[in-house]
Amino acid sequence: MSQKVLVLFAHPSQHRSEVNQLLFESAKQINGVTTVDLYAEYPTFNINIDREQQRLVDHDVIIFQFPLYWYSTPAILKEWQDLVLEYSFAYGPDGDALAGKAFFCSLTAGAKAEAYHANGYNHFTIRQLLYPLEQMASLTGMCYLPPFTLFGSRTALEEKRIDGHLESWRDLLRRLVAEKVELDIAASAEKLNHYLDTNPAQKVEAK
Amino acid sequence: MTSIFLQAFIYLVAAVIAVPVAKRLGLGSVLGYLIAGVVIGPVIGLVGEETTTIQHFAEFGVVMMLFLVGLELEPKMLWAMRNRLMGLGGLQVGGTAAAVMGIALFFEQPWTVALTIGLIFALSSTAIVLQTFNEKGLSKTEGGQNAFSVLLFQDIAVIPMLAFIPLLALPELIEQAQAAATTAAEHHEELSLVAGLPGWAYGIVITGSIIMVVVGGHYLSRPLFRFVASSGLREIFTATALMLVIGIAALMSLVGLSPALGTFLAGVVLANSEFRHELESNIDPFKGLLLGLFFITVGAGINFSVLFNDFSIIIGLTLGVMIVKALVLYSLALIFRIKGSDRWLFTLSLAQAGEFGFVLLSFSLQNHVIPAEVAQTLSLVVALSMFLTPGLFILFDKVILPRFEKTSNDRETDEIDDQGTIIIAGIGRFGQIVNRLLVSNGVKTVVLDHQANQVDVVRQIGTKAYFGDATRPDLLHTAGIEHAAALVVAIDHHEHSVELVKYVKHTYPKVKVITRAFDRGHGYLLRQAGADIIESETYHSALEIGGHAMKTLGLHPFFVEQQKTTYKRVEERKSDRLYAAWEDDSEDERFDNNYRDLFVRLEEVMAEEMKKDRSDKHSRSERGWTPPPKGYADTFDDDDQSFKTDH
Repeated sequence: MSQKVLVLFAHPSQHRSEVNQLLFESAKQINGVTTVDLYAEYPTFNINIDREQQRLVDHDVIIFQFPLYWYSTPAILKEWQDLVLEYSFAYGPDGDALAGKAFFCSLTAGAKAEAYHANGYNHFTIRQLLYPLEQMASLTGMCYLPPFTLFGSRTALEEKRIDGHLESWRDLLRRLVAEKVELDIAASAEKLNHYLDTNPAQKVEAK
Repeated sequence: MTSIFLQAFIYLVAAVIAVPVAKRLGLGSVLGYLIAGVVIGPVIGLVGEETTTIQHFAEFGVVMMLFLVGLELEPKMLWAMRNRLMGLGGLQVGGTAAAVMGIALFFEQPWTVALTIGLIFALSSTAIVLQTFNEKGLSKTEGGQNAFSVLLFQDIAVIPMLAFIPLLALPELIEQAQAAATTAAEHHEELSLVAGLPGWAYGIVITGSIIMVVVGGHYLSRPLFRFVASSGLREIFTATALMLVIGIAALMSLVGLSPALGTFLAGVVLANSEFRHELESNIDPFKGLLLGLFFITVGAGINFSVLFNDFSIIIGLTLGVMIVKALVLYSLALIFRIKGSDRWLFTLSLAQAGEFGFVLLSFSLQNHVIPAEVAQTLSLVVALSMFLTPGLFILFDKVILPRFEKTSNDRETDEIDDQGTIIIAGIGRFGQIVNRLLVSNGVKTVVLDHQANQVDVVRQIGTKAYFGDATRPDLLHTAGIEHAAALVVAIDHHEHSVELVKYVKHTYPKVKVITRAFDRGHGYLLRQAGADIIESETYHSALEIGGHAMKTLGLHPFFVEQQKTTYKRVEERKSDRLYAAWEDDSEDERFDNNYRDLFVRLEEVMAEEMKKDRSDKHSRSERGWTPPPKGYADTFDDDDQSFKTDH
């Protein structure tokens, strides 16, 4: 048994990337994972709707990978939603193409983890800020998982936190392909990182 | 006259047969020429005494070679290589010369002779090594690059050597020569400007000549070349190039300096000129033929009786020289931390003596520096070591490389520091925009154009532009098409651009060819010729203008943008089908009924597509932003959703 995983990568400034580029490159190396660089494929935002819908149909797990821009995705992912998630495809009558798939975001955020809190300067948790995407998953019948997140990403390189994050990213992707992630348990976590820390692969396998 | 024809014919036949055969056997062209010489000289005996005369003439090929070496040496590149050049090259020449000199002294040679021998064997064969690197694709490896630095240093070092060696002349040899000359009563004064001048005046004349070459090369050559280029006659340009090289050689001989030094200087001065590639491609065939002739005469001059009489001595000397050279190179590779298979490539590739060894030998002989019998033996040693070089490369390929390949697969992939260049053919209105975009992004471009004034304009804004006809294979070659990432074809002439695409895609299939088309038909021809990317020169700007017209009518700019996108998509599909129809039709039927019908039909498709409705009666162009039908939300059940807001 194995699942097909689709990583839709959106980074408008890849030559400056310190984390996301590495995540994307390492995702390419994993069997069962399809990677799409949206800004490379559609530099003029001229998204091919049919091709993108086919990709969704062909995969079981959909991942948006991006650096957080103004508490949301970079523009092309919004454009992608507006174009690809058509009425009668993703929702509405007969719009069940996405039903039963799993969906989550893999994102990096510049602010430290403490800022994403009712008492922090960003006032909302990261999961709260992504409610529009959570509701998108809900309306299209997908199982929403909390985001896989690296906070304080602008200093991750200097603080040598990238290797650990890369390691859990590869672990996560491999487990998704092998269906070694308990979606129901993972769905209730605040961050996917927490689920991975508390439910290592061996423990899941033992069940 | 008849005898000249006959002799030329013999030399050419020998070269034409021996060189391709040697090349096919992996021996390289230099060995081919040497073998040809051996066959027509000592083996069959078709040529005899006159080879020495021809050899003096053929040495002019070496002068031309140094001119070309100079042309390749931009002062900037030289500066960037200074460490490897001076360090590796200097130590190699110095170390080998000292080691060989030591051995020669051990064999009780006078120190002047020993030093000359050391210098002769310090040199390696640029012709064999660089050619083999190119053939085997080793030029970009670390070993290859380092070997190139050493060869370059050697080529430059030849010039001071040529100046220095006459000072080592043996008095007894000079006496002999003079005695022989007076008895023959043929001794006549060489034509010279400086004979009989006092020392200080001699110095002034020499300095003046060098300044003349440098300043003249820099300031006078350009107007001259531009004047000649504007005539548009190729052979006159060739004549000018030859005139320049021969003129400088003549001037240098007149003042008693080495012609090679003069032309080398002129080459360096012209390395930045826009005419550089054109000069290279004009001089190169002459250089090739004359050097070939030179090698043939060397082969023809090999004295087999000496070889067989002293067979073991000569073989011993050859192996000894190669081992000493390899040892020096290997220790340099250790000092300069050249690792793995590159260390062995560096060591083995340069372990032979070279063609400049022959030049120095005949030069030393003329200047009475070494006795004729020593020169005979040494010239055999030089030739034999060159004969053995292909064997060393085979040793590297078959034995050493496989051993290192196993271990080298584990290491990380190499950093790609060489981004590759883009060659732009044609720098008119069109090519200029392409070039400015690339150059402002730090991309290396080489620009070629056949209009000298156009090249001037681009040069003024700091672009590397060269004069020359881009459709000529030799010019493309000197512009570095083999290593280019892509060729942009932006020349005006329709047929020439198709020919150019055809040639490049055929000869260098790896080079991406990006072209502009003038119209549909030209685009099809380019596509048929194998162009990778074709853009019509009018298409995008016409689409822009059409968009402006729609906006003038009051249509929303974003709607206009979408319609343009749809137009492009349909056009792209359409052009594929039209091309297929065009290609199916025979030559004279093209653009005939069949094609015309299809064209009209596809125009209708375009109109339909622009208005095309989906099931929900919305245009295809705005498909993605189509709102759901009114009242669509009535079907959603509030209780059905499991969404929680209190995480």
